[in-house]
Amino acid sequence: MDKKIYLDNAATTQTRVEVVEAMLPYFNEKYGNPSSVYEFASQSKKAVTEARDTIAKAINAASNEIYFTGGGSESDNWALKCTAEAYKEKGNHIITSKIEHHAILHTCEYLEKNGFEVTYLDVDENGSVNLEQLKASIRPTTILISIMFANNEIGTIQPIKEIGEIAKANGILFHTDAVQAFAQVEIDVNELNIDMLSASGHKINGPKGIGFLYIRTGLKLRSFIHGGAQERRRRAGTENVPGIVGFGKATEIAMATLKERQESEIALRDYAIDRVLAEVPYTRLNGDRRKRLPNNMNFSFQFIEGESLLIMLDMQGICGSSGSACTSGSLDPSHVLLAIGLPHEIAHGSLRLTLSHDTTKEDIDYTIEKVKEIVAKLREMSPLYEDFMKKHNR
Amino acid sequence: MYSEKVMDHFQHPRNVGELENASGVGTVGNAKCGDIMRMYLDIDENQVIRDCKFKTFGCGAAVATSSMATELVKGLTVQEALKVTNKAVMDALDGLPPVKVHCSLLAEQAIHAALWDYAEKHGIKIEGLTKPKNDIHEDEEEVVEEY
Repeated sequence: MDKKIYLDNAATTQTRVEVVEAMLPYFNEKYGNPSSVYEFASQSKKAVTEARDTIAKAINAASNEIYFTGGGSESDNWALKCTAEAYKEKGNHIITSKIEHHAILHTCEYLEKNGFEVTYLDVDENGSVNLEQLKASIRPTTILISIMFANNEIGTIQPIKEIGEIAKANGILFHTDAVQAFAQVEIDVNELNIDMLSASGHKINGPKGIGFLYIRTGLKLRSFIHGGAQERRRRAGTENVPGIVGFGKATEIAMATLKERQESEIALRDYAIDRVLAEVPYTRLNGDRRKRLPNNMNFSFQFIEGESLLIMLDMQGICGSSGSACTSGSLDPSHVLLAIGLPHEIAHGSLRLTLSHDTTKEDIDYTIEKVKEIVAKLREMSPLYEDFMKKHNR
Repeated sequence: MYSEKVMDHFQHPRNVGELENASGVGTVGNAKCGDIMRMYLDIDENQVIRDCKFKTFGCGAAVATSSMATELVKGLTVQEALKVTNKAVMDALDGLPPVKVHCSLLAEQAIHAALWDYAEKHGIKIEGLTKPKNDIHEDEEEVVEEY
């Protein structure tokens, strides 16, 4: 199969050609260690500084508030574990949501085993946290609120501004996992009262293995990785210079094209959502219809199972993903789909398609035709569909 | 991830459908766990399986094991069909990934459930056949990850 339609851009993205070109000199030409004193190494140092400036500007932060990490998961771990450690004299309570990425949820579970208490906020049927429940969950011992900017599965964008205001009014730190949102939607850490923010390079057409944590000036957060004095003594280890340069370039391009990308992706996304809902019976859209990432679609097709659907789409050259148990290696389907209230069997039949800037209408039309055929074929094979049709005399 | 045979049976499943007036019908699995198999058997007066059809809600391996199981039991006597184990189904498919072994168990259980239904309907006792479980995941323990 030569045809390839890549609709899994929330998993990872293609590294842009311009990004790779920007990175290449830092492998075999300008390979100096930024910490070295000679002139040759200063090229590396300068490149890292420029990338940091670009990234800081993208979220309206100061350059010295950006700390490069090995990726989104490291950033999340750092924010949670080191906030817990630094502020444990003040309290031991953390508030997060049930639909966070596992980098947050599993870190919270780890902290719970070490004496911290965690409140996991519910979400409504669209995947939004309830602000009243958030307010009611605050205790005198609450030290941190960590709520993701936008969900990786269903694309719902949280009321970040309101959460930031609540955190600030109560003197609580606010961290947001913005891995899916950074350079996809506008973020101003000052306007939104964000104290810490995690992001990753490979979700925005940058390289893998590079991310950052924004830490507002004045926070007591210590080092997570101990060693050398890199990153203002807060993150040891020789800088991943090519990765940082690539991340900087990817951010520069993503921010320069933000508006037009949003417009074209939202138009294509809404066209696809409307068609799928109109043309495939017994289908629902997961996530908020409007407050969602420009590139995210997530459907549940009743009576079928997601992995079968993915394999059949793959045979037609289409790459997507699913929240079915079979794709997660456990018996339970996605925690996000269960948190928005889907019954297990409907959660098993989910399909996430995430667009990129170069997805075309032709790609989407082809995909929808194939989805229609495959869903019909799998339903013909499904005992659940058989039972449903008999029950309703169809 | 899957062998060529699994992919072949998934892409071109044999014996999909229902049998009207089936001698025995068995449904196993549950929707909660993401897989349900229903097996229809047509058994003649000599206790030979004349025809077999299936419907499955589940992953690629679940579809492929159902398909292969129907192929394996067709033409067998009831006693012979009882000896078609999940291992036989897996071997016939050139193996399954470890996380998918339970799909082959489901296929074995689906055959047994259909045979049980046949025996009950016809007032026959099949030597060595026990009442199938409603939920094959009852025996499975969920792996708890440690952090």
